[in-house]
Amino acid sequence: MQQTAYTKPLPVPDSESTPFWDGMREGKLMLQRCASSGAYLFPPVTFCPGSLERPEWVEASGKGTVFSWITVRHPVPRDIYAEDVPYVVAIVALDNGCRMTGNLVGCTPEEVRAGMPVELVFNRVTPEITLPAFRPVGG
Amino acid sequence: MFKLRDKYAIAGIGNTDYTKASGRTVRSLATEACLKAIEDAGLTVADIDGIVSFNFNDSAPAIGVATEMGIENAGYAVDYAAGGNGANLITLAATAAIEAGLAKNVVCFRAMNGRSGFRLGGGRDLSAYGVTQYTAPLGWITYPQAMAMWARRHMIDYGTTEEHWAEIATTFRDNAVINERAMQRTPMTRDDYYNSRFIVDPFRMYDICLESDGACAVVITSAEHARDLKQKPVYIMGGAYGGGPSQGDDLFDAIRWPSHSHNCFKYLADDLWGSAGIGPQDIDVAEIYDCFTYSVLMALEGLGFCKEGEGGPFVMGGRIARDGALPLNTHGGLLSEAYIHGFNHVIEAVEQLRGTSGARQIEGAEIALTTAGAMTCGSAMILRN
Repeated sequence: MQQTAYTKPLPVPDSESTPFWDGMREGKLMLQRCASSGAYLFPPVTFCPGSLERPEWVEASGKGTVFSWITVRHPVPRDIYAEDVPYVVAIVALDNGCRMTGNLVGCTPEEVRAGMPVELVFNRVTPEITLPAFRPVGG
Repeated sequence: MFKLRDKYAIAGIGNTDYTKASGRTVRSLATEACLKAIEDAGLTVADIDGIVSFNFNDSAPAIGVATEMGIENAGYAVDYAAGGNGANLITLAATAAIEAGLAKNVVCFRAMNGRSGFRLGGGRDLSAYGVTQYTAPLGWITYPQAMAMWARRHMIDYGTTEEHWAEIATTFRDNAVINERAMQRTPMTRDDYYNSRFIVDPFRMYDICLESDGACAVVITSAEHARDLKQKPVYIMGGAYGGGPSQGDDLFDAIRWPSHSHNCFKYLADDLWGSAGIGPQDIDVAEIYDCFTYSVLMALEGLGFCKEGEGGPFVMGGRIARDGALPLNTHGGLLSEAYIHGFNHVIEAVEQLRGTSGARQIEGAEIALTTAGAMTCGSAMILRN
């Protein structure tokens, strides 16, 4: 990764998140699900909430709707984001019931609406890391 | 629940100048504020046997400040790892320490070079470990960016608008204009607010608090002892610290938070009012944690001043001005006085209850509320004279 020109923050996968980031790199959205409750979880954890049950990893569709979003117009840090503004970060309510973060692409900031249907896209930024992004369905 | 109603009091207050570049160590700022608070109380360093602070690894340790002050035996010295949520937590912790017999006179402080040194508002560690691996790589890094995500959801759920935030920003600025301590004393019109640039939609520059260097301190002692000291005691009537069901590892760990239209105050309200035995209608003046304009709405709604979602209309029409039914942030708040992480709210509340706030004094102020925190955990305190 040192050879790439990519200078923005990169995730540092850990024992909880490695299956998620491995999945992203392979073009699959891998999420945790508690077998006993059926609830999907994001961000990943070691145990299902309130128990020592280990969640299972399952592939999810990546479809959902925009729950909230921001449009970053003032770059911080300036040297990293000056050329990217304005950009949109969203929390998406996935159809399976959990929420997930991602950049919003494929539309202008002015076109974003609450509840807008979106789908996951895979934003490959380095050979190792693919970041989650979402785009309007059909966009 | 806090069960120490009126047993403890704030006996002294002290603060440094609030600046953009102190040119000094954080420890020396803390020492100055603490010594002023001790002197204000009519005590000496020899009387102090406890010291409490909160910080984000951006301040001086309590024992270092105790050493610089020459405290012989700081038997109770605690540094809480807390952000703006901690401002009332440490004062409540001081009362608990005295109640437990760990100390008799406790000095509490917050000190930071928040503009010239470690800038909480300007960015943060970009290493995307832990919870930040799902946020920082997306360019979602700063506190304004975090809070704007919550604010947007309130707009979606309740139709809250920038008009409501403009009212908050301009009202607090009006208060700062007549506050000689305030860093930002230039009058602000509605147009000034609307013409300020967007930092992160939906927040403009004037929705976001100042970055400041400075320190604030208070001395807490028993009510009995306080009555024998120099100043009129300000009694701690009630208080609470708490959060909701998913406080997370830090403020970016709120993806699972139940609703971004409410924050911690919804969850601590019953403890707060129950501890003091009063309700929102009894508050004469409130110093509300205003790291952002929007956070004021969540505190007012969560604590029951109005229903959830009605904070926007509630603050309109002059209600929160100095001559309104519920004067808020009479010093200008974090938005216009200074951002000493909410501890300057405590100083202002004490001055209002002492009746020493000068031009910004709320006539007949007898009961004051201070809040600290804006997202998943926070603290609040009710003071009376």
